[in-house]
Amino acid sequence: MIKIKNLKFSYPDGRPVFSKLNFEYSQGCRLGFFGRNGSGKTTLLRLIMGLLRPQSGQIEIFAKLRNTEKDFAEVRRRIGYLFQNPDDQLFCPTVREEIAFGPLNLGKKAEEAAETVKETCKILGLDGFEDRITFHLSGGEKRLTALASVISMKPELLLLDEPTNDLDEDKTKTVLDYLRNNTKSFIMVSQELDHLKYAGVNEICRLENSRIVPA
Amino acid sequence: MHLEPFAEGKSFIHSLDPRVKILGLLPFIVTVAVSKNLNTPALALMAGIFLVGLSRLNFSALISRLYVVNLFILLLWLIMPFAVPGRELFSAGPLCATKEGVFYALIITLKANAIFLSTIALIGTVPLFKLTHALHHLGMNEKLSLLFFFCYRYITVLHRDYHALYGAVKARAFTPGNSLRTYKTYGWLIGMLLVKSYEHSQKMYEAMLCRGFCGRFPVLNHFKTEKKDYFFLAAMLSITVFILMFEKSVFTAML
Repeated sequence: MIKIKNLKFSYPDGRPVFSKLNFEYSQGCRLGFFGRNGSGKTTLLRLIMGLLRPQSGQIEIFAKLRNTEKDFAEVRRRIGYLFQNPDDQLFCPTVREEIAFGPLNLGKKAEEAAETVKETCKILGLDGFEDRITFHLSGGEKRLTALASVISMKPELLLLDEPTNDLDEDKTKTVLDYLRNNTKSFIMVSQELDHLKYAGVNEICRLENSRIVPA
Repeated sequence: MHLEPFAEGKSFIHSLDPRVKILGLLPFIVTVAVSKNLNTPALALMAGIFLVGLSRLNFSALISRLYVVNLFILLLWLIMPFAVPGRELFSAGPLCATKEGVFYALIITLKANAIFLSTIALIGTVPLFKLTHALHHLGMNEKLSLLFFFCYRYITVLHRDYHALYGAVKARAFTPGNSLRTYKTYGWLIGMLLVKSYEHSQKMYEAMLCRGFCGRFPVLNHFKTEKKDYFFLAAMLSITVFILMFEKSVFTAML
C-alpha cells in the first residue's frame, strides 16, 4: 500500500531527518511507531500525506508513484491523518462543520454529511457536542473532534500522531476502543507501549538514525 | 521561515554599533530620496554597492530580493516613459515616449536600488532585537519599540500557524475552487488565525508576567561605541556631504 525507497529529507533550515529511508506498509496491518522525540515520526507521516516533499527518493502509495500535488490530492482522499496537535487541525467554527468538512470535500451531499456527523459523534461519544464552538473545547475534546473530523471521511488507512496525548482515562479508552474495534489499517505513533498494545497493533517499529527497525 | 538572512555575519559592517549605522544611514537616504538629478542616485548606488561588498552578504539571497524590488520598477518602465509629458523620444502608434519620462524612470530605478542596497547592508545586518534596542536608544517610544519587536517576532508564529492549518485543510482533501464553500473555508481559516493569535498573545503575556516582566526588556549585551564606529559615522556623513555637493555642482548643467 505504501512503499518508500531511498528517501532523503531535510528541513529548509538544514536539519537533516532522513538520509536514506526505506519503509513498506501493507494494507490490513496495524502498525505501531515508537521512537525518541525528534526521530522523524511526524515528518514521515507528513511526507506520506504530501504535506512535505522529499529532496530525493520514491514514495509509492496505492501502487502509484506520488510526486506532484495532484498525486497527493488523491492520497488525501483515501488516507486520514490525525495531527499531533489538535489546535493545528481544527479551524471551523463548530464541531458539526468541522466533522462535515471532509465528507463535503469528498463530494457528499449536505444531508449525507449531516448523517455522517451524527454517526461519528455517536461512535466517539461526542453526542450533544455538534454545536459547540471548537475553539472553546477542552484539550481532550479537541483531540476527539479532530479524530472525528478524520474518521468521518472513512479513510482506507489512518495515520495517527500520538492520538492519546493529554487524554484522560475515559477518553483514552474511547479512542483505543475505536481503533481496536472499528479499524483494520492504521499507523499509530505513540510513546506509550501499553496504548499501542491495547489498540491491537500487530507490529511495532522504532525509528532510529533515519532507519526503521522492529522494536 | 527565516526573516533575517543577512543578520548573521562577521564582517566589519556587522561589528558596528547599530545606533551608529542608523544615524549614518538616515541623512544618506534622505539626500538620495529628495535629489532631483541623476548624479546623486548614481553615486549613491555606487556607495550602496560598496557597503554591500563590505558587509559580505549572501549573494543569492540578495539577488532574489533585488529581483522583487526591480520587478516593481519594471512596471514603472512600462508606464512612465509614456505618461510624462515632454520632448518626444519615439512613438509607437498612439503612444509617445518622452525623454523626461525615461529620465524619471531611470532616476527612480537608481534611487530605489541605491536606498535598497544601503539599507540591506546597514540595517539588514542588525538582528531585529538589537535594532529595536537601538531605536529605543535613539528616542523611540518604549511602547512602540515593544510593539515593533513583537509584531516582527510573531510573524513567524502566524506563518507557522497558517501552514499548519492549511495543511489540515489539504489533508482532508479540500480543493479550492470558485465557490462559496471555498471562500467560506478561507474565511474560517483567517478567522481562526486571528482568534489564535489573540489567544497566543494573551498566553505569552501571562508567561512573561510570571517571569517578572514589567514593561521593559532586560538586555544582556549593551552597546559599546568604539573608535571604528566614530570612523564609520564620519565616513558615512562625508559620503552624504560629497553626494550633496555633486547635486549642486556644475555637472547638473550637463543634463
